[in-house]
Parts: sequence; C-alpha cells; structure tokens
Amino acid sequence: MNTSENSSDVPASLPGESTAPGRPVLEASDVRRALTRIAHEIVERNKGARDLVLLGIPTRGVHLAQRLAARIGEVEGVTPPAGSLDVTMYRDDLALRPARGLGRTDIPGDIGDRVVVLVDDVLMSGRTISSALDAIKDLGRPRAVQLAVLVDRGHRELPIRADFVGKNLPTSLSETVAVRLAELDGLDVVLLGSKEPKPASAKKGDRA
Amino acid sequence: MKRHLLSAADLSRDEALLILDTAEELARLADRPIKKLPTLRGRTVVNLFYEDSTRTRTSFEAAAKRLSADVINFSAKGSSVSKGESLKDTALTLEAMGTDAVVVRHSASGAPHRLATSGWIRGSVVNAGDGTHEHPTQALLDAFTMRRRLGSFDGRRVTIVGDILHSRVARSNVRLLHTLGAQVTLVAPPTLLPVGVQTWPCAVSYDLDAEVAKSDVVMMLRVQHERMNAAFFPSAREYSRRYGLDGRRFAAMPEHAIVMHPGPMNRGMEITAEVADSPRSTIVEQVTNGVSVRMAVLYLLLSGSESAIGSIEGESA
Repeated sequence: MNTSENSSDVPASLPGESTAPGRPVLEASDVRRALTRIAHEIVERNKGARDLVLLGIPTRGVHLAQRLAARIGEVEGVTPPAGSLDVTMYRDDLALRPARGLGRTDIPGDIGDRVVVLVDDVLMSGRTISSALDAIKDLGRPRAVQLAVLVDRGHRELPIRADFVGKNLPTSLSETVAVRLAELDGLDVVLLGSKEPKPASAKKGDRA
Repeated sequence: MKRHLLSAADLSRDEALLILDTAEELARLADRPIKKLPTLRGRTVVNLFYEDSTRTRTSFEAAAKRLSADVINFSAKGSSVSKGESLKDTALTLEAMGTDAVVVRHSASGAPHRLATSGWIRGSVVNAGDGTHEHPTQALLDAFTMRRRLGSFDGRRVTIVGDILHSRVARSNVRLLHTLGAQVTLVAPPTLLPVGVQTWPCAVSYDLDAEVAKSDVVMMLRVQHERMNAAFFPSAREYSRRYGLDGRRFAAMPEHAIVMHPGPMNRGMEITAEVADSPRSTIVEQVTNGVSVRMAVLYLLLSGSESAIGSIEGESA
C-alpha cells in the first residue's frame, strides 16, 4: 500500500519515477558490512546492549532494525528488542499530499529510561526523524534517542544528524536513492537513479 | 477530490479495507500513555445533531479529540434550530466559523447529502445517521468488530434481525458487508421489511430459528418504540418469542458465532440479558471500536490534500 512511501524522506528519494531505478551504489555484501559495523558502533557507544530498544521506521527501517538487533545479539549474546514506529500521524506535510494509510507501530515494552535507536533506510530532509521524535515523546521518556541510517544522502532541512551511518552518499536533488531489502524485494541493494528520464512511467510497485 | 462519507455504498472494497486497517492501527493507541495524536491540530469538526444520540455524538467527539481537532457540539435542541432556523442557515453559520468537517445526524433521510451537495459548506460531511436511510460509520464499526472476532468476511454469514424498515444500521450494513464479501440475511416480520428489499444484495427470511444455526454473526436491532406509530406486530411478547434472541436460540448458534447489537438495547425484548452479557456478545466492544473507526474516517477524509475515501459529490462549492 501507499504507506511505505513515508519510510524515508520523500519525495526526492522516491525511485518510482523511473523504470530503470539506477545503478547500484551498495551491493548486498556492502549492506551486510555496513549493518555489522553499525551494530558494533551501537554496542560500543552504549557500552553494551543493555537497555537498548531499536525502533525501525516503516517500511524498510523496520527490517533494518530487526537485522541490527540480531547482529547485536550475535556480538553481545543479548538481543535487544526491535519494534516499529510509524510516524505518519506526526508528519508536518500531511496536508500537502493525498491522505494515506498508516504503517505499523509496534513498541516492544516500555521505552521509559531506555536508549532508543531509531532506524531508517535513507536520511534526507530530516523531517521523518523530526516526526519520529515527536511520536516518541508521546510514548514515554527514553534516556536517549540515537539515529541509525543505512544511507545519508544529505539535503537536510532540519538540524538533525545521524549517530550511525552505513554510507554517506552525497546526491543532487534530481537523483533518487532506492533501498531494496531481501525481506521485501528479494535482494539487498542500494540504487542511485535519476529523476528526470521517464516521469510518466512511474511504476506503482516501486517504493523507497 | 473525494471528501464526504454519506453512504456505505460510497465505499469500494479497497476503501472500506483501508478504513478498517487504519482503525486497526489506531485502536492500538488505547494502550499508550498518551492517547492522542497531533494529526488534525487546528482543524475544526462540528457535530451537528438534529436528533438525540449520546453514543454516536460522544464517539465522534472522542475520535476528533484524539486526533487533536477542535470539536464544536451543536445540538438542535435548545439552539436556534428550535427557533426555526433552516438547515441552510445553520450550514452557512458553520461555514462562516471556518468548519473543516460537519458530522451530521438528522431525522430526515438525505439531509447529509443535501449538506454535501448544496455548496453551503466547503468542508467534509460525514453522515452520522439520517432518518431511515444510512449510518455508514456504524456499519464500519460493525465490520471492524466482525473482522476482529472472525478474521475475514469471505463466505461469512451475517443475519440481521428485527426492525429493518426503520433501520439505517441494517441498510448500511447490508451494503458494506456485501461489498466486503459476506452473505447477509435479513430476518424480520413482513411488516418491518421495507418495500423493495428484494433488490438489496441480501437474502430475506421470516424464520429466525432456521437462520441462527448457520450464522457466523447474529446482529439484533433495537425495536424502535419511538417509530412504532402503527401496529407493526401484534404484541411485544409475540415479537420477542418469534424474533428475540434468547438462551435457546443462542445455544443453537455455532460455537464461534458472535452476537452484535448497535445499542441501546431493550433487554428482554429483542435480546435477553443472559445473551447480551455473554462473552460472545460484542456489544461493549462495538462502542470501543466505534471510536477507532471514526478516527480512521476523520483521518482519511481530513488529513491530506485529498481524501482517501468517500463520495465525489459536493464539488460545486
């Protein structure tokens, strides 16, 4: 459904406008290494996995959060809980676009006094994360909130930065970044495409 | 642009499922410490009630408030309507106050439609029950409750029992459940069936005993004493015996089947206390679900630049 579009900072990261979504900038092995590194960084930064809660932002952030939790479990022997946080109802651009359905919010237990690690696939304007911070405020009072993203493509519109980044990918606004994950798309790859070529032939199934 | 919800028939299967899925997510809000979302902050929703209805009005009010909308309750009693103000003038007043949505309950069938298509107001119109015509959000909350209890609609048999003639709930339910793929059977005394019921997408029966045994859902309707201005049935006792849901009929229902009632109930008339209070009765649950479903409707109608559901009428404004 259309809910998946809010997983990253749309619209510029939407790949749907081109039938050829672009060239791979991260292959499956790169994604794997990036997630392993982020998992280690999270453990190091928080001196272990105690009190951690990973919250993925639907759609692909949720799968990334689950993978990170599993990796942290392999490293530490303790798998932190992973959930999902849909921020649609908190977005500041809701009125600018057609109404859309909601993603899943599934908070594993109480987040009060825990360290919440937000996980998303692409970081761009920062508006999604800003909405996520508002949403977290309604759920409890975590000790700290950290942000992990697979790709940071720049173009921030708010003073927000990620604590853990898989790959910094400087892009132009005319480019698109599409993250494909095995759970949903059959393979792990990050594609860098261009918006202009075929705006009319947008495929409905394409989503970021 | 779509932006009204006037009839259950306005909804396609996908739209109806979108509302139910959205309501499902919103229902989870009840477990949170802060049961409020900022989504409709700054929007104004007017509950325009020309008929008494604490249940529906409160449900819409709770739904709008949980989405942070400002709510104005306007009931005809004790207002300028009792001084003779017309629907048009009331609508123009609401428009002048900058209303984004009007939730309207009216004793005249078609009043919400008039409000939506006349150009008097620019906002969304939600039908909260008009005469004997429709009550789409009630049908949605019933469908939501059924899906939660039974899983899906395909091939499910729903029996609606009682005063079909005066029931907007029955009419909306028949339409919506048909859209969703369930089989509906109406059971009522012949005098309480509307003319033209043969054209509805449902079956009709006069024998409740034959139907309960094969129903997944038995929905009892209230005997509306206030509308019983003619002799529709010989006596309350006879009605109760032929069309009431008592312990015996309840026992004949399949194990998994549920009992629904839109409320308020006449205990001892259409439903016995024993059945109404059984764990397989969803009557209280329906009220809770009503808030989630109405939140979903308000959210999908109002939050975006374009509504995700509803009819396309009323664009003359």
